[in-house]
Amino acid sequence: MIDAVGLHKTYRLKNRQVHALNGVDLHVEAGEIYGVVGQSGAGKSTLLRSVNLLERPDAGVVNVDGEELTALRGGRLRAARRRMGMVHQHFALLSSRTVAGNVGFPLEVAGVSRARRATRVGELLELVGLGDKARAYPSQLSGGQKQRVGIARALASDPRVLLSDEATSALDPETTESILALLRRLRDELGLTILLITHEMDVIKRICDSAAIMENGGFREAGRVLDLIGTPGSLLARSLFPLPDIGGSETVVITYPRSFDEPFMSELTRRFDVDVNILGGGVERVAGQSVGRLSVDMSGARRAEALRYLSQNGLLVEEAGK
Amino acid sequence: MTTDEILFLAQDGNAVTAVLDFVRDWPNMWPSLWLGTMDTVYMVWWATVFSVLFGLPLGVLLVATDKGGLIPAPAVRAVLSAIVNIGRSLPFIVLMVAVLSLTRFLVGTTLGPTAAIVPLSIGAIPFFARLVETSLREVDREVIEAAHAMGTRKATIVGKVMLPEAMPGLIAGLVMTVVTLISYSAMAGAIGGGGLGDLAIREGYQRFNDHYLWATVILLVVIVQVAQSLGDLMVRRLSRR
Repeated sequence: MIDAVGLHKTYRLKNRQVHALNGVDLHVEAGEIYGVVGQSGAGKSTLLRSVNLLERPDAGVVNVDGEELTALRGGRLRAARRRMGMVHQHFALLSSRTVAGNVGFPLEVAGVSRARRATRVGELLELVGLGDKARAYPSQLSGGQKQRVGIARALASDPRVLLSDEATSALDPETTESILALLRRLRDELGLTILLITHEMDVIKRICDSAAIMENGGFREAGRVLDLIGTPGSLLARSLFPLPDIGGSETVVITYPRSFDEPFMSELTRRFDVDVNILGGGVERVAGQSVGRLSVDMSGARRAEALRYLSQNGLLVEEAGK
Repeated sequence: MTTDEILFLAQDGNAVTAVLDFVRDWPNMWPSLWLGTMDTVYMVWWATVFSVLFGLPLGVLLVATDKGGLIPAPAVRAVLSAIVNIGRSLPFIVLMVAVLSLTRFLVGTTLGPTAAIVPLSIGAIPFFARLVETSLREVDREVIEAAHAMGTRKATIVGKVMLPEAMPGLIAGLVMTVVTLISYSAMAGAIGGGGLGDLAIREGYQRFNDHYLWATVILLVVIVQVAQSLGDLMVRRLSRR
């Protein structure tokens, strides 16, 4: 759905250059939720703005839904932007308009008649659960409600792609949860493709099918979340499952990239006569799967055999110092 | 204080007598005061219309041509800004004299309220433009970006996002401009512009008629109060933050 190749963007400040994008390739499949995570200044904001060309990249090509956006200008670019929705960190609502006026704004801009606008706005507000707030002003709403208005507005022109710029960063954990659930429901119901940027690993864990970790204007790693977790040395796996930095040469990190029914640990001690001592670990629900990561000390004569057994059963085994 | 005491004081040519004299004199002054008030309102009204007509677009351009604006053009902005600064730095009384030939060209005379509209407008346009600029700058950048992301034309962004969002500030700026114009209009009286200022100077200063001086002061205060209150009311009703 979104294909960006070779994106470069450099900002010239007074005395230095900042390479916000350093040859980024981004591929987002239709219907998936793709999260780009990174520290502030990593270039994720520039990346997101390159997709709807709020920032025009210095080099590279952006294709959305088969249309080369980087080749468009003026009216045709505006038309292409109307086919994408955008959600903003601080909601970006017009304080002078009611909720209905805000949600109807993109339709007004697109020249939709007043009557059809009213109908559509009603539907959209129902969709985000704010059917009773049409005549309220943004200042009368809570943060979560404001973001729901922002989402309804982003969906007004029936886009296939939704861009989310830190949509939950200004919200408390509980509200974040409900907004993320709403985004996932909208993806499921409307078949939306969602590209979001965030600095919270939690967002990746909760709703993303695919993810990229961004650093210094480039992707450190990118792909399906579950694939990444099952990849040796994955930064994403380490960030999602912070393990205690203890243990020695016998320490092994075992990743369960999906749910398993087999009781591996007791199996190990029984079949290979090794001692297993758990140092730390966790189980999380990621992309709809229970995924776990354990840090264990393992010792015994048949240790190598035991580790091979785990690998053969689809677990990812990473030994300390290797 | 007893009634006797008041009468005693009143005979003594003090403040109370003066006020009573002033009140008794009011009906005699009223015809010329009314004309003066109408002239002031007339001058201020038209100067306000021209200030909005020219100052509003000028303020929008100052913001739009700035770095990161809708149509960045540093050279254009520098020129506009310089023109506005020149207009702002001239004391009004000097500006009035300086534009006399322009006034004659436009109106055919340099005397009377209609002629005063020219310098008043020229003085207020840059003043209002700066206030417009300040208000527009306070519009949330994220909101403008959101409008771009929704595929909005630049002209529509100005008309449907920036101006409505800045409306409380713009109205407050307009009120400030009107109040300034009222004070300028009194100055215009000094060179034959008519209005309450003219009355105060001709009757009050040159003919030593204190009653006219007081009356014009009272009327000017009332006009300013009315303008300010109306403006405050509008700002309150428009504020949705």
